[in-house]
Amino acid sequence: MTRLFAWGALIFGCLFFLLPLVGMTEFSLKMRRGVYSFDAYVRVFEDPTFWATFSYSLTLAAATIVFGVFLVVPTAYWVRLKLPQARPVIEFITLLPLVIPAIVIVFGYIRLYNTSSFLPLTGSAIGTDILLTMGYATLALPYMYRAVDTGLRTIDVATLTEAAQSLGAGWFTILARIILPNVLVAVLSGAFLTLAIVIGEFTMAALLNRPAFGPFMQLLGANRAYEPPALAVIAFAITWACMGLIQLVTRFSKHERAKA
Amino acid sequence: MAFLDLTNLEKTFGANRVVKDFSLEIAKGEFVSLLGPSGCGKTTVLRMVAGFETPTSGAITIDGQDVTGQRANQRAIGMMFQAYALFPNMTVADNVAFGLKVKGVARPEREARVAEMLDLIGLRELGARFPFQLSGGQQQRVALARALAPSPRVLLLDEPLSALDAKVRVSLRNEIREIQRELGITTIFVTHDQEEAMSISDRIVVMNGGIAEQAGAPFEIYNKPRTRFVANFVGTLNTLPATVEAPEAGQVAVAGQSFTLGRGALTARRGDTVTLALRPEAIRLGRAEGREVVLPATINEVHFLGSVIRVRARVGDGVVALDTFNRPDQPPPPIGSAAEISFAARDVIFLQD
Repeated sequence: MTRLFAWGALIFGCLFFLLPLVGMTEFSLKMRRGVYSFDAYVRVFEDPTFWATFSYSLTLAAATIVFGVFLVVPTAYWVRLKLPQARPVIEFITLLPLVIPAIVIVFGYIRLYNTSSFLPLTGSAIGTDILLTMGYATLALPYMYRAVDTGLRTIDVATLTEAAQSLGAGWFTILARIILPNVLVAVLSGAFLTLAIVIGEFTMAALLNRPAFGPFMQLLGANRAYEPPALAVIAFAITWACMGLIQLVTRFSKHERAKA
Repeated sequence: MAFLDLTNLEKTFGANRVVKDFSLEIAKGEFVSLLGPSGCGKTTVLRMVAGFETPTSGAITIDGQDVTGQRANQRAIGMMFQAYALFPNMTVADNVAFGLKVKGVARPEREARVAEMLDLIGLRELGARFPFQLSGGQQQRVALARALAPSPRVLLLDEPLSALDAKVRVSLRNEIREIQRELGITTIFVTHDQEEAMSISDRIVVMNGGIAEQAGAPFEIYNKPRTRFVANFVGTLNTLPATVEAPEAGQVAVAGQSFTLGRGALTARRGDTVTLALRPEAIRLGRAEGREVVLPATINEVHFLGSVIRVRARVGDGVVALDTFNRPDQPPPPIGSAAEISFAARDVIFLQD
C-alpha cells in the first residue's frame, strides 16, 4: 500500500512538472499548420538579435561568475576559518537579495550611480555593464554563497589551512591550490545557477537599458506566438545542460568521489 | 645552547590561562614528548611553536633565531596532524611535493626529493594514488613524508597516532622514531598516551593545568615521579596509608607491621598518617628475597592479562594492585584467600603534592 502511494506520488509529481513542458514544447513545434516543425526554432536562431542578446548575457554571466567567485570563496573561507561567530550575519546578508526585489535594487543603483552622482556609472555603456554585473552578482549571491559554504563544509578547512601554512604556503596559495580545487564542484554549481539567473534576468537589464537576453525574451513574447515557447525550451535546455555538466564534473573529479 | 628554546610561554584565551609560564629547552635532534590529559595545554604549546597561536607572553627561539613574531609559513617547521590533513585534491606525490613547490624547488630536484621521501616511508609505488585510496596508516606515513620533504628545522607531531588502530599505531610510532633518528631532526610529540610517550621519547614533559609538572627521561619520569599527578598519570600507582612511628628513624607502620623506610628522617610527626606510593611491579605476591617489608593481605580481584596477571589485594585500609608473571605451573590465587605481599623499602616513592 505504501509502495503504491509512493509510486502514485511520483507519477503525480512527474505529470505536474512535465505536462506544462510537454505542452509548451508541442506548441512551439506547431508553427507550420498541420505538421510538427522546427520553424519557430529556426526563426529564433535566424534572428541576429537573439545571438547579440544571448552573447551579451553570456559575457555578463561570465563576468558575474568570476566576480562572484572572487567575492564569495575568500569570504566564505574566512568566515569558516576565522569568524565562525559572524556566520549568521553573513548568511542573513546573503539572503537579502531574495527579500529585496530586483526593481528596488536597480532603482537604488540608478539613484546612486546616475550621471550627476559621485560615481556616474550609468553615463557610459561599460559603466552600466559593470553596474549590471554587480547587480547580477547580488541576485546570485544567495545561491553562490550557499553552494560554496556547503562545499567548504565537506572539507576540514582549518586543518588543511594549517597543514599548508606549515609547508610554507601563504594565503593566496592556500586559496588557489588547496581550498578552491576542493570546492570546485560547489563553485561550479554556484556558477551554473548564476548563469541560469543571468540568462533569464529581465528587470535590471531592462531598467538599465542594456541589450540582454531577458528583455529580448520579453519583447518576443509580447509580439510573437510560437517563438516565445521555442525560446523557453532553449532556455530550459541550457539550464539542463548546466545541471548535466555539474553531474559530469562531479563524476570525473576523483577526489570528489571520495567525499561522497 | 638549546636548539629550540621556549621561554616563559603564556597563553590566555579570554579569562582562561591555558599555558602558564612554560619553559623548555630542546637539544638538536632530541625527541621530546608533551604528555598530559586533555586540556592540559600541550597542544597549545605545540601550536605556539608552529605559529598557529601567538603567545600572550614569552619567547620561542629556534637555532638562536627568535621566531615568536613570525608567521607559521615562515618558520620552516614540519607538522603532522591527528586528522592526517592530506590535500584531497592532490596525489600522494603531489602532496609530498607541495612544500617543495611552495619553496620554489626546481622540478628535477623536487621529483628526486619526492622519490627519496616516498622511499623513506616505503610507499614509492603509491605516488599516483589519491589520499582517499590509502589506509589510515598509509595516509599518516604520507603526511610524515610531506612534513619532512622541505627539510624543516623542527618536526611537530600533534597526536598523529590517535586515529589509528592499535597494531598500526605501534608499528608507525616505531617507524617515526626510526626516521627521526636517521634524519636527526628535532621533534616535539604531543600525546595523552603515556605508553606511546615512554616508548619513543628521549625526554618527556608531563603537563597539567598549563604547567610542566616534570620533565625528564622516561625512566626517570616513571621511577622517580616528583608529584602525585605525575605518579598517577604515568603508569599505575598504589598508595598505602601509613602511620609514622619514629620519624627520626624513618619508621612507619602499615596494617600493624612496622618497618623502616631507610631514607633518613621523615618530616612528619609521630602519629601522623603519611601516604606511601608503590608501582605494581615493585610488589610481590608472597615473600621474596630482597623485599624486606611483608604485609598480610586478602585477594580482592584477579585479572588474567596473558603474560601478566594483575592482582588487587586488600592491605589494612587500602587496596594495592600488583603484577605477577604468568607461570603455567602456578595458578593465580583464589579470590578471598589470605596471602602475603612483600616489597623493598627502597622502592617506596615519596610524592610532593
